[in-house]
Amino acid sequence: MIARILAGVLLLAVVASAIGVVYQRYRHRQLFVELTRLERERDELNIEFGRLQLEQATWAQANRIDQVARQRLGMKFPEAEDIVVVRP
Amino acid sequence: MKRAPRQRSKFNLRGRMMLVACTLGLCSVALVGRAAYVQLVNADFYQRQGEARFVREIPIPTSRGMITDRNGEPLAVSTPVESIWANPQELLRYPERLPELAKALDVPLDQLASRLSQRADKEFVYLKRRINPDQARAILAHNIPGVFSQREFRRFYPQGEAMAHVLGFTNIDDRGQEGLELAFDEWLRGKPGAKRVIRDRHGRIVENIDLIRPAEPGKDLTLSIDRRIQFLAYRELRNALATHKASSGSAVVLDVATGEILAMVNLPSYNPNAVTGHNPDARRNRAVTDLVEPGSTMKPITVAAALTAGTARLDTRVDTSPGYMALGRFTIRDHHNYGVLDVTGIITKSSNLGSVKLSEPLSAQFFYDFIRRFGYGSAPQSGFPGEAAGVVLPPSRWNGLTKATMSYGYGLSATALQVAQAYAALGNHGRLITPTFVKGQINEARQVVAPEIADAVVRMMQTVTEPGGTATQAAILGYHVAGKTGTSRQAAAGGYSRRYTTLFAGLVPATNPRFATVVVINDPQGGAYYAGLVAAPVFRAVMEDTLRLMDVPPDDIETWLAAQAKGEAKRQAALPPLPPPLEEEPYDAAIPAAMPGVGDGGEP
Repeated sequence: MIARILAGVLLLAVVASAIGVVYQRYRHRQLFVELTRLERERDELNIEFGRLQLEQATWAQANRIDQVARQRLGMKFPEAEDIVVVRP
Repeated sequence: MKRAPRQRSKFNLRGRMMLVACTLGLCSVALVGRAAYVQLVNADFYQRQGEARFVREIPIPTSRGMITDRNGEPLAVSTPVESIWANPQELLRYPERLPELAKALDVPLDQLASRLSQRADKEFVYLKRRINPDQARAILAHNIPGVFSQREFRRFYPQGEAMAHVLGFTNIDDRGQEGLELAFDEWLRGKPGAKRVIRDRHGRIVENIDLIRPAEPGKDLTLSIDRRIQFLAYRELRNALATHKASSGSAVVLDVATGEILAMVNLPSYNPNAVTGHNPDARRNRAVTDLVEPGSTMKPITVAAALTAGTARLDTRVDTSPGYMALGRFTIRDHHNYGVLDVTGIITKSSNLGSVKLSEPLSAQFFYDFIRRFGYGSAPQSGFPGEAAGVVLPPSRWNGLTKATMSYGYGLSATALQVAQAYAALGNHGRLITPTFVKGQINEARQVVAPEIADAVVRMMQTVTEPGGTATQAAILGYHVAGKTGTSRQAAAGGYSRRYTTLFAGLVPATNPRFATVVVINDPQGGAYYAGLVAAPVFRAVMEDTLRLMDVPPDDIETWLAAQAKGEAKRQAALPPLPPPLEEEPYDAAIPAAMPGVGDGGEP
């Protein structure tokens, strides 16, 4: 009698764990899909950031700034004689 | 009528039941047997076959790390691009779509067709690599079966030519090929990951199953280079090369206290964003690979050697008259007969005879060891690929002249980086630090000469840029500059040619050196070939702005005040057109005074 109950319990346990495995497997896939999606989102953002940095670096190229300052804004570096030394 | 069927059914019932049961039983036995065979006996085989048909391991691409300058400004950045590829087996089933595809790809139809038919039995062929993601989307929008796109990364160098030699470049597979991209390839590259996915018949990913290993993105690299100084050096060197019609040149700026390389420029250069078809000559990082004879820039080392050996003191006087001297079958000369010079004078005037005479009492082994200690003749180990070591012959291979010629910088060779390293050691109170390209990765210092001797030599070099020296054009307003020119003839087959190499090596500010800078210009054709006229102005132009950028306090306020006073005087002198109006002022003032008078006269 006890053996039968035990067998029944074990059978139930086996079925339950089987269902548990299936469920966990399903959860795993779901979460993995979510993870992949988030990782892709992260990568996209990183890439966008890199692109913006690149764009900024291109705009901030010393050569370009030098040209804009001299030609468009008409700036120049003061001559030695135009510099006033302020002493404390 | 009723009995017969009942009897028959009664008769047949058991038999039929048995028959059906047997048949069904056999069927299920067969099914169970088959199932057991498939799932238990041959399970592995079928599992493999199944997975081989839809489960794929695909790589997860990673991007290469970014290279930034010491202030975090990007110098090399990987950005994603798309590569269009096709599965010829699938694509060739729709030949009517090929013209449309050819048009979208902007390639001739026959070229596309032959490319595809050549690989008709393959499953993968690149159609177009590394294009803008927007372009790729436009091509994919045609929805042609068997055409896919895949993400790849491409390297961009926003600084272009100015940084090309130091950074190097990568090949189409994102592996470093030259320069620091090659030296730090492992660090920058990262490891692509892998994941298991289920794909359908068309190669589309249906489901991600499992992560086999995560992708490790490449690590960023912060260089010791300062983008702004690099650009200054590039601009000034380029201008100088154009002015003097020189063939090539290099400039190196070292941080004296840390050995960090703040700028390293070479010309001719190339565009690292489009490397194909370039002259390989332009790709060399001349500052670390090309050997030049240091010429007179060796003289301070010779002086330091004589002071260290005790064969000369600061007040030792050397007679350099009559300005030439027979040495074996050669005659060495100074530009003028400088007469009796003290040790400082030898450096100020760059006297060849003086340095030969200083080196005379030194033993060959001592002089050789002394030069080697400054890094001449051994690769600096800065980590840059393909560093040249330079040539310094050991005393056993010297002839009677070698010591004398080496004392003024001939008969040995070094790279611009080595010269900068040696000068940085002089400026760093005699402590030599191996140069580095990486910010914060500072190598250990090595005392190569007594601090008081190094400081004395720097003070002597200060006279070079002062009136009477050979490089007054290197003088910078507000700062004392210690430096030394060097002009050497380029070695050619059978002796020295009429081509010159001009060098300037300098330290600023001289009283507490912060930067060691070397400028090398090869083969100036514009008439001037003395380093004081060719290389020294480049040094001044670069360092003037560098000192300002780096907020280095001036150590020579007096000259600045003098210049200011001169400017004031000039402004006063520029006033003469003004005084007459000033003198007219009383007269002007007299008019209103007179006016009332007139009015007075008129009104009554």
